[in-house]
Amino acid sequence: MALLQISEPGQSAAPHQHKLAIGIDLGTTHSLVATVRSGMSVVLNDEMGRALLPSVVRFCADGSVVVGHDAQAAQALDPQNTIVSVKRFMGRGLKDIADIAHLPYRFVDAPGMLQINTITGIKSPVEVSAEILKVLKRRAEKSLGGEITGAVITVPAYFDDAQRQATKDAARLAGLNVLRLLNEPTAAAIAYGLDNAAEGIYVVYDLGGGTFDVSILRLTRGVFEVLATSGDSALGGDDFDRRIYCWILEQAQLPPLSAEDNRLLLTKAREAKEWLSEHHEARITCVLSHGRVIDLTLTAATFNELTATLVAKTMTPVRKALRDARLDVTDIKGVVMVGGATRMPQIRHAVAEFFGSEPLTNLDPDKVVALGAAIQANILVGNKNDDELLLLDVVPLSLGLETMGGLIEKIIPRNSPIPIARAQDFTTFKDGQTAMSIHVVQGERELVSDCRSLARFELRGIPPMAAGAARVRVTFQVDADGLLSVSARELTSGVEAHVTVKPSYGLSEEQIADMLRASFAHADEDKQARALREAQVEANRLLETVAAALKADGDSLLSTEERARIEAAVSNLRQALTRDDANAIRREIAALNQATEAFAARRMDMSIRKALAGHKLEEIDS
Amino acid sequence: MLQQNHFALFGLKPAFEIDTARLDQAYRKLQAEVHPDRYATATAQEKLQSLAWATRINEAYQTLKNPLLRARYLLQLHGFEIHEGANTAMPAEFLMQQMEWREAIEDARHTRNLNTLVALNRELEHEMEALKHALGTALDVRGDYASAAEMVCKLRFLEKVRDEIELALEDLEQ
Ligand SMILES: Nc1ncnc2c1ncn2[C@@H]1O[C@H](COP(=O)(O)OP(=O)(O)OP(=O)(O)O)[C@@H](O)[C@H]1O
Ligand SMILES: [Mg+2]
Repeated sequence: MALLQISEPGQSAAPHQHKLAIGIDLGTTHSLVATVRSGMSVVLNDEMGRALLPSVVRFCADGSVVVGHDAQAAQALDPQNTIVSVKRFMGRGLKDIADIAHLPYRFVDAPGMLQINTITGIKSPVEVSAEILKVLKRRAEKSLGGEITGAVITVPAYFDDAQRQATKDAARLAGLNVLRLLNEPTAAAIAYGLDNAAEGIYVVYDLGGGTFDVSILRLTRGVFEVLATSGDSALGGDDFDRRIYCWILEQAQLPPLSAEDNRLLLTKAREAKEWLSEHHEARITCVLSHGRVIDLTLTAATFNELTATLVAKTMTPVRKALRDARLDVTDIKGVVMVGGATRMPQIRHAVAEFFGSEPLTNLDPDKVVALGAAIQANILVGNKNDDELLLLDVVPLSLGLETMGGLIEKIIPRNSPIPIARAQDFTTFKDGQTAMSIHVVQGERELVSDCRSLARFELRGIPPMAAGAARVRVTFQVDADGLLSVSARELTSGVEAHVTVKPSYGLSEEQIADMLRASFAHADEDKQARALREAQVEANRLLETVAAALKADGDSLLSTEERARIEAAVSNLRQALTRDDANAIRREIAALNQATEAFAARRMDMSIRKALAGHKLEEIDS
Repeated sequence: MLQQNHFALFGLKPAFEIDTARLDQAYRKLQAEVHPDRYATATAQEKLQSLAWATRINEAYQTLKNPLLRARYLLQLHGFEIHEGANTAMPAEFLMQQMEWREAIEDARHTRNLNTLVALNRELEHEMEALKHALGTALDVRGDYASAAEMVCKLRFLEKVRDEIELALEDLEQ
């Protein structure tokens, strides 16, 4: 039992404890963490006052893992074991990586997702990303002084299902409770929109280190509605570095270089690129491993020429998003620039020219995504009962199934609002066919070979029938994280199969669970203690929610018997809480959940009626 | 209530001509009540309810927002199922024009003529607007569902042509 709390005079006895919630921008080049503190979204710095954590992870021979600035400093010394821009590999196979030949890593091809062989063993991109997230989690715990209740993790809007799943798993592996995956441009729009009380249609142009997103949003009194999104999940500042790097190779007539030298030149290229955002020319000097001296001068004009095609390439998704939203440039009220790479003048010019107005650059392009994510996390965790903010997002890429002849049947078209579900019926094409294989794909092209394969599964046990007689209904459900699950059911017999679409990356569910257990902050705590604590937390949360619901609507929505039944389940759960038995608590949680099923449905109906009644209604004939 | 028809859900009368501003407003208002973000800390039951409702409202909104889907849904409410693919006989004249458009798109693609595509797109837009207008009269005024059904098929044909133009535009822009 909680003790009665006596509050200081002038301090309200807060009925709900403030929960610690964070927003994390897991970027290709930089990652950062933010939180809402006394109503303000703020980025949390490390002990040295730095906000940005370089997304660089080094696996050392002694088994230690170094993340951030120190790893970045070591990248030219130990390129094979120092992973930069790991985000580009999330949910990707070897064949997806265009510049694989220039990368210093020892890749291991694996079905679903590539892996990297390091000095401490084979690592999947999910594990590498988890290392970055762990550092940010620790930073937040230290600076907020407590355990983190939940986190919102941002992903590029144009990330497909495999990339999203991989990100969510990385967060789980880091021991974070993921409240939501949030699209980066949407997060930026929240931070920008709330800051400027913006209303109307806005474009977010987000060019980061490795990804490009463009989203078109309608902002109406706190509702952020995504109308269309597009992008390129393999286009960013890194590509501009590579153009300079190739230019250096050509100018200096260099032979094939060692991994160390390649890394050094890429770093030099990036420095030159960033310098050119403020200056007319950049001097590139360094000494390569065999004593070869590089000393070159790159002018802004040459840099513009080298990268003109990249700049133009970003405009294709912009046009596509406008077309999908059925909008014209004249409908756009402003273009919000996000991502470090939008500091390049040629990008700003191109955007200004296309939209016929200066883009909005009055916010810090590095931080705005994390700030928006923190605002969303604070609301989701229940600290703020904010009825004013609502995000309505979309699916970035069409989802479909392979049909005969390698063609695709689209089930959910791109830019459909989420959550969404769609079903489609299929039939057997052979007499006596008892199984049907289902291949789930994502992409816009008509041929399976041009789209991303997300999952394959089989529906077995269909009773033998004549060709065309079976009715197999395949249902796609995309949840609010943008994650897909698929189920198939033969309607005449009721046989069913269900998959959560998930890329494989060399770790089984059990291995993940083991790693999680091993990595808990409370290392002394054994498995059972942990299970008990989790059950207790969940039970208390449930009791709190049910009490609030009963207080608000119990009298109006429940009969005396119904109420008694729920109250009985409540007291059973309270009883179970007095004993240290996780299983008993779980059982009573399930029982209470079940007892409140009809109540939950009625409450939902009521809130919908109320929302409608607030309107002047046209006459409803049902 | 989860089974209610799409129009009733948003407090609209079932008709082709609808007040889209009111639809948008009702949509946002309903999502504000049911969206999973509102139930992030709720019980498992409430989360399921919220997912089902938010999904339902998105589906209804998508259907009513799009004129073609709205017309098809309205016909369905009146007992007219439209079977796509079941090759509905189209007037020869209409099919001729289809072919001309398709040829024009292919030509523009080969000669990489963006302007032609943009012009074609505009022409198509006009054609679709006219058809939607006629559809409104057939559905809301005359109650002539048979000819409305034919117009829906025509509209679907035109949308496919528009998809082709947009694909061609995308390819040329790259
Ligand atoms: N002054 C500058 N001029 C040009 N480019 C810059 C400048 N500052 C940063 N950048 C570039 O911005 C990129 C990093 O941007 P940002 O931190 O927004 O990306 P990210 O969030 O890590 O990546 P992503 O969003 O793609 O996952 C790098 O390519 C970096 O070189
Ligand atoms: Mg970013």
